[in-house]
Amino acid sequence: MDKNMEKEFIAKRVAKELKDGDVVNLGIGLPTLVANYVPEGVEIMLQSENGFVGMGPAPKEGEEDPYLVNAGGQYITINPGGAFFDSADSFLIIRGGHVDVTVLGALEVDEKGNLANWMVPGKMVPGMGGAMDLVTGAKKVIVAMTHTAKGSHKILKECKLPLTAVKCVDMIITEMGVMEVTEEGIVLKEIAPEVTVEEIQAATGAELIIPDDLKVMEV
Amino acid sequence: MNKVISIEEAVNMIHDGMTIMIGGFLGCRNPFRLIDAMIEKGVKDITLIANDTAFPDIGIGKLIVNKRIKKLIASHIGTNKETGNQMNAGELEVELVPQGTLAERIRAAGAGLGGILTPTGLGTVVQEGKTIINVDGKDYLLEKPLRADIALIVGAVVDKKGNIRYKKATRNFNPLMATAADIVIVEADKIVEVGEIDPDDVMTPGLFVDYIVGGKE
Repeated sequence: MDKNMEKEFIAKRVAKELKDGDVVNLGIGLPTLVANYVPEGVEIMLQSENGFVGMGPAPKEGEEDPYLVNAGGQYITINPGGAFFDSADSFLIIRGGHVDVTVLGALEVDEKGNLANWMVPGKMVPGMGGAMDLVTGAKKVIVAMTHTAKGSHKILKECKLPLTAVKCVDMIITEMGVMEVTEEGIVLKEIAPEVTVEEIQAATGAELIIPDDLKVMEV
Repeated sequence: MNKVISIEEAVNMIHDGMTIMIGGFLGCRNPFRLIDAMIEKGVKDITLIANDTAFPDIGIGKLIVNKRIKKLIASHIGTNKETGNQMNAGELEVELVPQGTLAERIRAAGAGLGGILTPTGLGTVVQEGKTIINVDGKDYLLEKPLRADIALIVGAVVDKKGNIRYKKATRNFNPLMATAADIVIVEADKIVEVGEIDPDDVMTPGLFVDYIVGGKE
């Protein structure tokens, strides 16, 4: 798979986790693609940190509305049935457990479910924005990312970078497999076709727990 | 009481060294005219409380590029490289605050609360130097209120009593900031007569607003 196919594969698998009626917050980048693959018969509501639910697709060229951007500052639309609110309500929704699923990328994630995705000291300090609130408050936190960063491990025994939150990640979905974070460690639930257990273990910096009923990852 | 004033009269209330809140989210939208007038007047050494520093050539971004900010309290600075450059050069003090915590700290000040308890930031650098309070077996960080000398906010439609109706995603921090500053100035897209906004549609009651500038001229 090339990079784009990998991302599409990950996004498609993440989309299968979404249930009808879920309020969902998608991070910038790969997670945004998930919206394209929501299964038929499943209706979700996308939440945008800057203050609305019911986020729609990007507008057509020439139809951009200066009053309506997403949390990344890009022009966006709102679907019928959507609603606007202020930042306190937006984060009441986020922190108060009213977001069913949040999907976001990671620089590092570890076997305790700790997540690092907001800064690299001395290199990248953009600020945490809404990320810390999202992973603290959402009912289910899914990390969607490529399994390694050009071969170096991102799934670790213990995060080295400054944390976004402790013990917050429920699920990790990569092009190699689907993993669940449990009290015992990271359980490999599904493995991608044409990937062996040895290969995914070698690409992972923490020991994977391999259950008897390991399934093949389907999208 | 007449709340409608000129941009010039508004900017005359803004002085060097003040703590100022500015509404908006990545420049959608900031009080663009008030910001331009602040830059023109030469206001400096400002402590700025805002969600972000927008983009270098838009709204709040210009205050950064023109080096008018001494200290910044914000949740995100990644869209304006100049903010990071000034921070790394030691020219600008930056306090990064999780976005939801920033909103609640401002709301707490406006609501007369001594702070808020949030789980956000526990076990991270945000926790450093802060009090942890356990409530019924769960830990929270005590985050203190944030007030300002002046809040500069935006409203799509504002009546002459200062009642505000926001439009779409531009509500963001504006209703919160309107409650948490000694002087609140709203930059309106459109100023209308009292009664033209149905009380059902008022999003920020005029009692919070001291002055109104702008309107379609």
